[in-house]
Amino acid sequence: MSCWETIADYGLRSIGIGERLLPREDFTLCQQVTLIGSGMIWNIYFGFMALFSGFFLATTVAMGKAAQNPWLRKPSEWFIFVFRGSPLFIQFFFAYFLFLSLKSVSGFFDVFTSAWLGALVVLFLNTAAYSGEIFYGALLSIPKGDMEAADAYGFSGWARFRKITWPTMLRLAWPAYTNEAIFLFHATTLVYFSGFPAWKQKGDALYYANYFADKTFNPFVPYPILAGYFILLTLIIIGGFGLINRRLNRHLPQNTRSKIRLRPTLMR
Amino acid sequence: MFSYCTDPATLDGLTWLSCYLTTGKHLSIYWSVGTVLLLLAITAPVALMFGFGGAAAARSRFAPLSWLGKAYIAVVRGVPDIAFFLFFVIALDQGFEWLRHQVKCPDWDQPIRQGNDFVVCAEAKLPLGNAAQWVHETYGFMLAVLTFSIVFGAFAANVLFGAMRAVPRAQLETAEAYGMTPRQTFWRILVPQMWVFALPGLSNLWMVLIKATPLLFLLGVEDIVYWARELGGAKTARFTDYPHPDWRMWYFFALLVFYLAFTRVSEIVLDRIMKRLTHGQATTGGEAQRKAA
Repeated sequence: MSCWETIADYGLRSIGIGERLLPREDFTLCQQVTLIGSGMIWNIYFGFMALFSGFFLATTVAMGKAAQNPWLRKPSEWFIFVFRGSPLFIQFFFAYFLFLSLKSVSGFFDVFTSAWLGALVVLFLNTAAYSGEIFYGALLSIPKGDMEAADAYGFSGWARFRKITWPTMLRLAWPAYTNEAIFLFHATTLVYFSGFPAWKQKGDALYYANYFADKTFNPFVPYPILAGYFILLTLIIIGGFGLINRRLNRHLPQNTRSKIRLRPTLMR
Repeated sequence: MFSYCTDPATLDGLTWLSCYLTTGKHLSIYWSVGTVLLLLAITAPVALMFGFGGAAAARSRFAPLSWLGKAYIAVVRGVPDIAFFLFFVIALDQGFEWLRHQVKCPDWDQPIRQGNDFVVCAEAKLPLGNAAQWVHETYGFMLAVLTFSIVFGAFAANVLFGAMRAVPRAQLETAEAYGMTPRQTFWRILVPQMWVFALPGLSNLWMVLIKATPLLFLLGVEDIVYWARELGGAKTARFTDYPHPDWRMWYFFALLVFYLAFTRVSEIVLDRIMKRLTHGQATTGGEAQRKAA
């Protein structure tokens, strides 16, 4: 079987298109690269969707934590504390069994027990909490002069938030937020090891890498392939976020712009 | 455990719960909390050592060594840590067995990898086939500790590398001006001064390490996650004196609370240490303390 046929058979295997059975013996390098690559679809799906939806909640939570009103502040603080203080792995397990018990109460929760939605909800809340804390930190470090200038120009309420506070907050938070995005994509590999079942062997990249390592008893091929994919993904994220970073910083003088780099002190 | 627990079927309410929570199997989940603490207690210093080695290597003036150190830092950070956990557990096991195989059975003529099997001679097996159960468990635990140390060593190396670069250049230049050798400068000037800069990163790392401990489950160790799944599952009256429906949700809720408490306490303690260390330092933190006093 040529490599092109393997790609045709297994390229979209992780979402259920193509050959039904996974290869069982005589594993070729091509099969491993194709299937693990196919699993990356799920990692990208989880990472992208959670990041996108989490961004809005994170902004809300950051504003909430910075608010004067305790009715807004306390819930935000607790939300961030709960999701940042406990392991994501346990959150996945808890959420899965929670949805499982809710399922017996109402059929509405049936879909939540499958990974594509249930795990996404957990990742969404998790990344919202981590990014919320980053945004909150950035909100506190907005230069006083910027806000005074906004006041002097007569900005207030929504217009001030939309034009001054929010863009400045994003600009200051962006390097740390990039880091968070990278770790979020890494965290997506936990999904299929934490209770959420991989129906019909439709799993993510690590699921397939683990499958091959178990079958061949040789970890030295599938895991480096997985590592390669993830390093590539990390570089793409850094590139994409770098472009946004350039746009956020475009009004600043050339030498004061902050470059994106992996920061040692900010990690999940 | 308690004397009134002889016939659980007659009990109810809190007495039932007190008996239920002290059955033999529940005692193993409490013991496995000890496993987690033991893992943290061993991993933290070992990972710090690995990290120190990695950071020192990355700073080395001997180019290949410095590449090695930088590659160690970069690769582990670019790839999901859980992939490393799954990889190292098998890879280390096979590596050890291969080394022992080379030493103990030099005249073995068959290939080690036969198709999908990894075959070493019987004397090189780790642990030996006739070893006791606790040896197997300890070996599995040691592999897990080593894996954790390698992965978190890379994170620590990253933090320490940054901290070493944060030490003011003038300090090192002064040391050189006094005629210290590079080795003396490193041990007497750089290392003592870098800890203040490293502490925020290291405390962050400690939190990440705590939150990574449930991954022990993936490495085949019978830890709290394993027991929560075991004990929480629905039990019928045929197999146990304490039948109950599926309670896994509550068990994981308890774990969630346990970890929240653990990270919160660590946070408070680390904040105290940081306050103590910044006291009197010529940094923004130290300056703020001085003004407040």
